[in-house]
Amino acid sequence: MFVYADNAATTKMRPSALECYVNTAKSFYGNASSLHGEGQRAKELLTDSREKIASALNCSAREIIFTSGGSEADNQAIYSAATLGKRKGKTKIVSTAIEHHAVLHALDKLKRDGFEIELLPVDERGIVSVADANNAITPDTCLVSVMLANNEIGTLQPVAEIGAICKERGVLFHTDAVQAVGHIPVDVKQLGCDYLALSAHKFGGPKGTGALFVRTGAPLSPIIEGGAQERGKRAGTEDLPAVAAMAAALTEAVATMNEATQKTLALREKLIQGLQKIPHSSLNGDREKRLAGNVSFCFEGVEGEALLLYLDDFGVCASSGSACTSGSLDPSHVLLAIGRKHEVAHGSLRLTLNENNTEAEIDYLIKTVSEVVEKVRSMSCLWRDLTQGKRKFIFE
Amino acid sequence: MALYSEKVMDHFRNPRNVGTMENADGVGEVGNAKCGDIMKIYLRIEQDVITDVKFETFGCGSAIASSSMATEMIKGKPISEALELTNKAVTEALGGLPAHKLHCSVLAEEAVRAAILDYYKRNHIPYNEEEFKQCKCAHCEEHA
Repeated sequence: MFVYADNAATTKMRPSALECYVNTAKSFYGNASSLHGEGQRAKELLTDSREKIASALNCSAREIIFTSGGSEADNQAIYSAATLGKRKGKTKIVSTAIEHHAVLHALDKLKRDGFEIELLPVDERGIVSVADANNAITPDTCLVSVMLANNEIGTLQPVAEIGAICKERGVLFHTDAVQAVGHIPVDVKQLGCDYLALSAHKFGGPKGTGALFVRTGAPLSPIIEGGAQERGKRAGTEDLPAVAAMAAALTEAVATMNEATQKTLALREKLIQGLQKIPHSSLNGDREKRLAGNVSFCFEGVEGEALLLYLDDFGVCASSGSACTSGSLDPSHVLLAIGRKHEVAHGSLRLTLNENNTEAEIDYLIKTVSEVVEKVRSMSCLWRDLTQGKRKFIFE
Repeated sequence: MALYSEKVMDHFRNPRNVGTMENADGVGEVGNAKCGDIMKIYLRIEQDVITDVKFETFGCGSAIASSSMATEMIKGKPISEALELTNKAVTEALGGLPAHKLHCSVLAEEAVRAAILDYYKRNHIPYNEEEFKQCKCAHCEEHA
C-alpha cells in the first residue's frame, strides 16, 4: 500500500487546480503587462484570480500581492515592517520560538542588522501566551509576528487576540498562515493582521506560488526590484498559470472546508488513538487546538530518520524533526520549544493527513508505524538500556 | 531513496550482526542520546581473534548501516587488524556517505576501538594509551 501522509510538506494538486494550470498555460500565454489583446486577457484572469484570493481571505483585491510562495511573503512582510521601524527608530520585533524558518531566519538577519528580536516561549502544548505577547511589546516595537498554525505540531495560536492587542498598541502585526489557509477559516479582519502569508501548494495548488495580504495603509517595500508588476511591490512577470491555479485551489478548499475538515478530523482521531497504543510514546502539541490533519508523535528509544526510511520501504511518506532529517546537530526547534528533551525529540514522527486519505490507509499507518517503531527499537542500545532500567523512561 | 547508496540501504534494511551478546569479552559504547546516535559493539575474542561480533545502534540510517558494515569488516579478523579499521574504510565499503553523515562512520570506528579497549582492560592486557585517544568531534562537544 502507498500512503501519502506528508501533506504539511506539500499536497498533491487538486484536479481542478491542475486543469486550470494546464488550460491557463495553454490559452493565456500573454504577458499581463502587455497592451495587446492577449496581454489584456491575461490581465483579466490575473485580476479575477486576485479577487478570488481576496474573497477567500475577506479583504480587497488590492491588498493581495502575488509572490513565489510563503517564504517570500513572510520575508517581505517582515522586511517591510522593519524598514519602516528603522526609519522611525523602532527596532524591536516580537515573534515566537516556534515560527517557520522563513520567519526565524529573516529575523536572524535583522538581528545582525541591529534589531532586537524577542522570541516568545510556548507552553508544553505549543501555544504562545497572549499576555506574554502584550508584555513583550514596548514603545520601540515595530512588528509582532505570530504564526496561525504550526507546521510541525499543528497547534493553532491565539492570533486574533494578539492581533487585537497589536491594533490597540499601534504595532504592525504579521501572521504566517501558510499551514492554515485552505484548512481553517481565515478572515484577515477577524484576525486583525496587517500582513498574512500563504502558500498555494499547502492547499492543493501549485508549488512556487503564494501571496501576501497587506492591509491598505501598512508599509510595503519590494524585495525584488524590476518592473511595475504588483503595483511596483513585486517585480517579475506574474506566473499566471500558477496564480490562476492557486485561486482555483483556494476557492475549492474554502467551499469544501467543512466536509473535508470533518472527514480529516475523524481520520486524525483514529490515527492518534492507534499510535497512542505504542508504549512510551507521546503526542506533540495540543490535543484539541490543532490542525485537523496533524499527527505528531515522539517515540522513545528510536531515531526519526531510521523510522522514515523503513516507512518509505513500506510505502509511507512521512516526516520527522530529528537532527538527522533537519540537517543540523539539533532536533527541531519546535519540539525543543515545547520542552521535549533532545533524546525523545530525535524520535519524532509527523504524519499529516487530508480528506483524500482513507480509513484503510489509517489502519495501515497504525500497523506499519507500530511495526517499524518496534523494529528500530529492537536494534537500539538506548531502548535496551531503557527497558533494562539502566536509564529512566521519559514517557511512562 | 537517493540520499544513500544501494550498499548503505542494503545494510540498513538487512543489518548484519545486529543484537546483543551474553558474556561478551569486550563491549564498547560511543555517542550519546542527546546527539541522537549511540553505537554499542560486543566482541567475542578467542586467541586474539574476533570470532563473533554484535551491534546495537540508536541512530539514523547511516549510523545503523555503518555499524553493520564495521561488524562485518572485523568479524573473523585478528584484533590487530580490527584496530586498523578506519572510518574511511567503512565509508568506502558503504559506497560513500553524504558529507553530513560521515560522523556515523567515525562512530563505528570508535565503537570498535572502545570494545577492544574494554577487552584489554578486562584482561589486564597492556596497551598503548596514545592509540586509544577519543576523537573529539564537534558534534558531541556542542552537547557536552
